Amino acid sequence: MPDLGKYAFEVLTAYAASIAVLTVLVWLSVRRARRVKRALEAVERG
Amino acid sequence: MKALLWRDLALAVRAGGGFGLGLAFFLIVVVLVPFGVGPDRSVLALIAPGILWVAALLAALLSLDRIFALDFEDGSLALLATAPLPLEGVALIKAFAHWITTGLPLTLVAPALGFFLNMQPAAYAYLLVSLAIGTPALSMIGSFGAALTVGLRRGGLLLSLLVLPLYVPTLIFGAEAVRRGVDGTGAAAPLMLMGAITLGCFALLPFAAAAVLRINLR
Amino acid sequence: MSIWEYANPKRFMDWTAPVMRVAFAVAAACLAIGLIWGFFFTPEEARQGSTVKIIYLHVPSALMAINAWFMMLVASLIWLVRRHHVSALAARAAAPVGLAMTVIALITGAIWGSPMWGTYWAWDPRLTSFLILFLFYLGYIALWAAIEDADTAADLTSVLCLVGSVFAILSRYAVNFWNQGLHQGASLSLDKEENVANVFYIPLLVCIAGFVALFLALVLLRTRTEIRVRRTQALLARAQRA
Repeated sequence: MPDLGKYAFEVLTAYAASIAVLTVLVWLSVRRARRVKRALEAVERG
Repeated sequence: MKALLWRDLALAVRAGGGFGLGLAFFLIVVVLVPFGVGPDRSVLALIAPGILWVAALLAALLSLDRIFALDFEDGSLALLATAPLPLEGVALIKAFAHWITTGLPLTLVAPALGFFLNMQPAAYAYLLVSLAIGTPALSMIGSFGAALTVGLRRGGLLLSLLVLPLYVPTLIFGAEAVRRGVDGTGAAAPLMLMGAITLGCFALLPFAAAAVLRINLR
Repeated sequence: MSIWEYANPKRFMDWTAPVMRVAFAVAAACLAIGLIWGFFFTPEEARQGSTVKIIYLHVPSALMAINAWFMMLVASLIWLVRRHHVSALAARAAAPVGLAMTVIALITGAIWGSPMWGTYWAWDPRLTSFLILFLFYLGYIALWAAIEDADTAADLTSVLCLVGSVFAILSRYAVNFWNQGLHQGASLSLDKEENVANVFYIPLLVCIAGFVALFLALVLLRTRTEIRVRRTQALLARAQRA
């Protein structure tokens, strides 16, 4: 862990918040992609 | 075109909603503001032009969905689309009629309401001019938004979400013109820029509105 | 063979599968390298202290927030002119990604602003423009969600994107006129004087590459999802008719 000095809180929250937003975005996209793919396969099999 | 304009105006007057409701809404917003921010006269004087502009904008927004919705529902919009008058002309006239029934009365009433908010005497003329130049743009942008959402059942809320960001430049220049007019730093620049926006809107947005109407009538 | 062949949905699915995998890998690698490098191994800046490390998130996300809108504009134009369905779906797929980028740029900007400008939020022109951009994204996504017929939705949102772009640019300059900013000049530019120092520059470039790759990967993934949704609906409709 590097020494962040007196701004440690700001830097850490910025990183945490951004990574959280990105993770949620990727997770939602992947989850929807999987569901849709499964639904399509179910329909195609008929 | 003239016939369409008269028809729209007559409908607005007879339905009663056009003139009355928008103005009443404008009045209520202006009356509510002192309750919200406190009765301090110097504070009110400071924010009066901005409040009047925002209130006028919201009042104009209120009646937007009526521009096309009624004609769309009873099918007269489909008839207008096949009429010899191009749909661009229809959009332009509709926006103009909306301005006459909301923008113009709002502009004329605004100075009277400025009195309640203890607006500085110097600001009245600037407020009147800036609203007169700016409200037509609000009507034209709004009729584009109304054309976008005309086919939707619950388009009202979506309409505000779509239209309000488009109102930002007009609002900025309008309120800025009054502020600079009072400061004496020169209201000419914002007024001219706002005039440019209004003219640009009237030149280009009828095409966008007509294109969108054609898609919705498909 | 013309370039438009790649826009055929079937072919699009074929060629994007490997591209998407590569893009995800590149994004993961670049983001890991860039952020770890930026977070652990760059010095503090003289005036900003350690808050300079926020730049590795703020600048790339802000860049992508604008570029995502630009990509949607291009995709909308292609849809309006050439009627490639994939293009309209790509525009739809990009919007939530752009929205997330805008949110990251706003959050990191606010967090950075609190110690540096003494406030989380100032009505600085650039901040305000991003807030307006955020509203544009919301309106665009809401319009897509509100319309049932797919082609109508694609047409209407495309026109909204065109008109919105014009007004977004207008707002940018109007906001400039309205308030003079606190914001520093460009962090990246061809003008060497204005540029950030080299120590910060290279990890920043790696992070930008990571964000670009992540954007590409997510847009491809979401576009593929939309294509599958369309295909499912079409198959169901056909089964119903039969």
